[in-house]
Amino acid sequence: MTSRPDPTLSDTDLTERGLPVLEMSGLATGAQGRVLVIACGALAREIIALRDMGGWDHLDITCLPAILHVYPDRITGAVEEAVRKHRANYADIFVAYADCGTGGQLFEKCKELGVQMIKGPHCYSFFDGNASFEAREEVTSFFLTDFLARQFDAFVWRPLGLEKHPELRDIYFGNYEKLVYLAQSKDPAIEAKAREAASRLGLEYEQRFTGYGDLESSLKDWVAQDLPRKT
Amino acid sequence: MSEDQEIILSELPDEELVLQMHDDLYDGMKDEIAESVNILLGRGWLPYKILTEALVAGMKVVGDDFRDGILFVPEVLLAAGAMKGGMAILKPLLAETGAPKMGKMVIGTVKGDIHDIGKNLVAMMMEGAGFEVVDLGINTAADEYIEALASEEADILGMSALLTTTMPYMKVVIDTLKAQGKRDDYIVLVGGAPLNEEFGRAIGADAYCRDAAVAVETAKDYIARKHNQTAG
Repeated sequence: MTSRPDPTLSDTDLTERGLPVLEMSGLATGAQGRVLVIACGALAREIIALRDMGGWDHLDITCLPAILHVYPDRITGAVEEAVRKHRANYADIFVAYADCGTGGQLFEKCKELGVQMIKGPHCYSFFDGNASFEAREEVTSFFLTDFLARQFDAFVWRPLGLEKHPELRDIYFGNYEKLVYLAQSKDPAIEAKAREAASRLGLEYEQRFTGYGDLESSLKDWVAQDLPRKT
Repeated sequence: MSEDQEIILSELPDEELVLQMHDDLYDGMKDEIAESVNILLGRGWLPYKILTEALVAGMKVVGDDFRDGILFVPEVLLAAGAMKGGMAILKPLLAETGAPKMGKMVIGTVKGDIHDIGKNLVAMMMEGAGFEVVDLGINTAADEYIEALASEEADILGMSALLTTTMPYMKVVIDTLKAQGKRDDYIVLVGGAPLNEEFGRAIGADAYCRDAAVAVETAKDYIARKHNQTAG
């Protein structure tokens, strides 16, 4: 099940600035059951959609800039800062990141901070479902999600210098065989972007509808731990 | 002389030409580097002198600026491409002209991983520093590493990984070496974006190398220690 992206969220803002705390819960600061999800900006729309579908009214969300995806060595510090900044105001905090290239450092930091994060190596894996992603052993596939397909230029083309130096393309992607678009939604416009990205990278194209995969089950698990008590 | 005026490489004296080559490497100008290498060869420079003073010294500036966040991966790749062009001219000549040999390295990206940009940079810079490099490519299994180490009589094993999911395979390779009683026969260097020093220590590598320049310096250091031990 999916919902259409919230048109008020700007992909550029989510990429560069993240998202300030969306206080959707309406619960008072420090109220029992008030929960914050600190997420990668690339997951904002999906988490808000899941929140709305699940009716998880006690859940607020804030996002770090999605562009940290390109600088994974900065993720752990940024998450730690956000957890420390917000923890006094919430009964519980969850981190909507997988390892995301931190080499286990984010896991260790979350353990130290006493907060839970999403299992798996990265968002491609948990959208696909960690177990099935691992079983596929797709060593030569390059992955895009809805967000990354929409933001292909900001996350792939420009940071790799391909805008100015397209001749570098095969140095980066020569060992890949196909681009797999892991679709969270059924949106022809995003599919067209993903297909175009595959063409620009000189890769075969495959689309796989995943929905929200293990992101949904992780959020459900977290929500179940922190349902507000009925008084 | 106006900045826009075209530089005629062949008219530059040696010292200026070498500095121009550093600039051209920095700017990733492959054709100009090849031209300058041929000019210096024509002036009687030994290939090893061109390699070290023009190419390696130029790449050191590139490496330093990459480390300091002034240059980024695309610029480094362009510079590396230019250096590779120069090295292709020099490589056949180096053996003939008695260039010093530092040691031999077997290198490869680990099994399950196809990312080779960092590994290729290390291989190139190691060659530039006088090491013989046997590059096993990508997706390399433990047996392939170990067989190559033996057949090539290598001194150093270099392993690279870009993925959190593939970096633990380095431990598989090291543990296999240990199980075969061969671990102490080789210097084991590891590198890749998600790795760190702690990981290198935990899996039993000799060193984690942050970038290609560090890999070269670490390799030289360990080879020197090995020679000292042998001499002692």
